[in-house]
Amino acid sequence: MAVLVYTENWNGNFKKLSYELVSYAHSIAKSIGSQVVCLTVGNVSNENLQLLAQYGASKVLVCKNADLEKFTTQSYSSLIAKAAETEKAKVLIFASNASGEALAPRVSVKLSASMVSNAVGVPTSVEPFVVRKKAYSGKAFADVVLDAPVKVLTLTQNAYKVEENPQNLNIEDFQYQVDSADLKMLPSEIIKSDGKLSVSDAEILISGGRGLKGPENWGMVEEMAQILGAGTCCSRPVADLGWRPHYEHVGQTGKVVAPNLYIAIGISGAIQHLAGVNGSKVLVAINKDPEAPFFDSADYGIVGDAFEVIPQLNEAFRKFKAQQ
Amino acid sequence: MKVLICIGHVPDTTSKIKFIENDTKFNTTDIQYIIGPHEELVLTRLLDLRDAGNNMNITAITVGLAETENTLRKVLAMGADDAIRVNAEPTNAFFVAQQIAGVVKNGNYDLVITGKESIDYNSGQVAGMLAELLNFPSINTASKLEIQGEKLIFERETDLGKEVIEGVKPMIVSAGKGFAIEPRIPNMRGIMMSRKKSLAVLEPTQNGANTKIEKFYLPQPKGKCKMVATDNVPELVRLLHEDAKII
Ligand SMILES: Cc1cc2nc3c(=O)[nH]c(=O)nc-3n(C[C@H](O)[C@H](O)[C@H](O)COP(=O)(O)OP(=O)(O)OC[C@H]3O[C@@H](n4cnc5c(N)ncnc54)[C@H](O)[C@@H]3O)c2cc1C
Ligand SMILES: Nc1ncnc2c1ncn2[C@@H]1O[C@H](COP(=O)(O)O)[C@@H](O)[C@H]1O
Repeated sequence: MAVLVYTENWNGNFKKLSYELVSYAHSIAKSIGSQVVCLTVGNVSNENLQLLAQYGASKVLVCKNADLEKFTTQSYSSLIAKAAETEKAKVLIFASNASGEALAPRVSVKLSASMVSNAVGVPTSVEPFVVRKKAYSGKAFADVVLDAPVKVLTLTQNAYKVEENPQNLNIEDFQYQVDSADLKMLPSEIIKSDGKLSVSDAEILISGGRGLKGPENWGMVEEMAQILGAGTCCSRPVADLGWRPHYEHVGQTGKVVAPNLYIAIGISGAIQHLAGVNGSKVLVAINKDPEAPFFDSADYGIVGDAFEVIPQLNEAFRKFKAQQ
Repeated sequence: MKVLICIGHVPDTTSKIKFIENDTKFNTTDIQYIIGPHEELVLTRLLDLRDAGNNMNITAITVGLAETENTLRKVLAMGADDAIRVNAEPTNAFFVAQQIAGVVKNGNYDLVITGKESIDYNSGQVAGMLAELLNFPSINTASKLEIQGEKLIFERETDLGKEVIEGVKPMIVSAGKGFAIEPRIPNMRGIMMSRKKSLAVLEPTQNGANTKIEKFYLPQPKGKCKMVATDNVPELVRLLHEDAKII
């Protein structure tokens, strides 16, 4: 019996999200009297694998297979289902990210499991197994009962705190034969992004709205992001107008984000925008209109012209960082 | 090419969310229902491709009770060729996927496509479950579709960049933003024509919901917003550091 975590790696590295998953899995494993087993694909150094043990993994299965160098939903989900059967996994955990969201539903059907996506916390009860998830695009939460013997969960990023739970790690080579039928839709081309911090990975996001008037004014937004080591994003009209790339669009119909800090500049705070960002720990609104609805949801606000406020704020952030 | 697009019938994005019966049920009073915004953009792209001369028959499917027919009529008015309603309450994603899988098995569809997620359940599961039930290859959250001759070329964003993937029929895809920017608005002619288009009603084939919503919660209301004056901007930095302890 195990709690199996699909710990994706990015060119052999894990990230904070991986440790969130393992910490979360460890907490569930404790409550059901089981252990955390991770599964990862490709070459990862022993040093990096040991990091998983730091957060609660007792075992890691490493699958090295040339057929898995490129991702297909079918090949990876078959592999994960196989590992789950071998380890007699009771609970499987994935990230709510591009690959986790693709794999978890397929795996859940293979294992006749019950599935919940976008979980925001550990089970509120294990017998019956009840997990809280986001619903209505962040406007509400739902407690969901998972009836089947095997449970599959995807965990919202930044919803569970990374916790140290050092274990002795057992590293195993996981032998797996890929079925050629699972390799039908291999990517024909992989285009690497420019290395900017992705909207979903950022712990701080600086977001700009139509109040910034035009793409030429994003310099100060980028500058703030750079000072704080933050990512940048935007409201929907800004992406629709082509001022910013589409992947920066956050909200109900864009990316749903939940950073520690979200700074909204020149964004009115429409309900569809807030739906995608109200999971953030701290919200800051900067808007020249004191009646902007964003102030009703924000923790901190400045009523003022962004073109005057932001340069001053950048200066203050820079000073603060220099003192740290 | 035969395409099946899965359409959710969801509360309008401006809806105030409230619950009744001890927070076990969504309060539908005063709620307007709309086509799921992700699949609305997907449909827009498919219609544009078809109207540009690609040989395509577009069928829309909803798993839902009679009230969802208004939503399907709107889909027909936008330009879908015909529609199917599976007459059942969509209790969870697995149940919905099972119903749609039953229809796909009898339909010879080349492409079955869904939105990336429903804006009420936010599960993002229907496409993957459907793919597994049918044993079709699948792509999740595709961000672009082009047609080159007989080929369907998709793009999908990943954490490291993006992938270009050529479809292999029959396949399942989930998608949304990126397929189109603005949804197509039905015109008068479309609305007139939609009344003559076929909307078939099928009975559910299986019942396999294996999750159940026990209770809903609304988020904790925020405390009052702390305001910082424009002549004291550095105060915000202090607050974020000392009060919120977030930087
Ligand atoms: C189906 C549907 C889905 C949607 N999904 C999304 C979504 O996912 N994400 C999203 O963001 N929106 C979404 N929207 C759109 C949403 O309703 C709003 O129209 C949008 O969020 C507004 O963007 P904005 O705040 O940037 O622009 P505006 O509403 O135009 O607001 C601009 C703000 O900037 C302020 N401002 C102007 N000048 C300055 C200045 N010099 N300094 C400081 N402040 C200034 C103004 O006071 C105003 O509050 C959706 C809408 C629909 C119908
Ligand atoms: N009741 C339904 N009938 C038809 N399609 C649906 C239904 N519910 C969801 N879908 C489709 O599946 C996608 C993902 O839904 P979900 O898994 O609930 O997030 C939606 O964007 C729709 O395209």
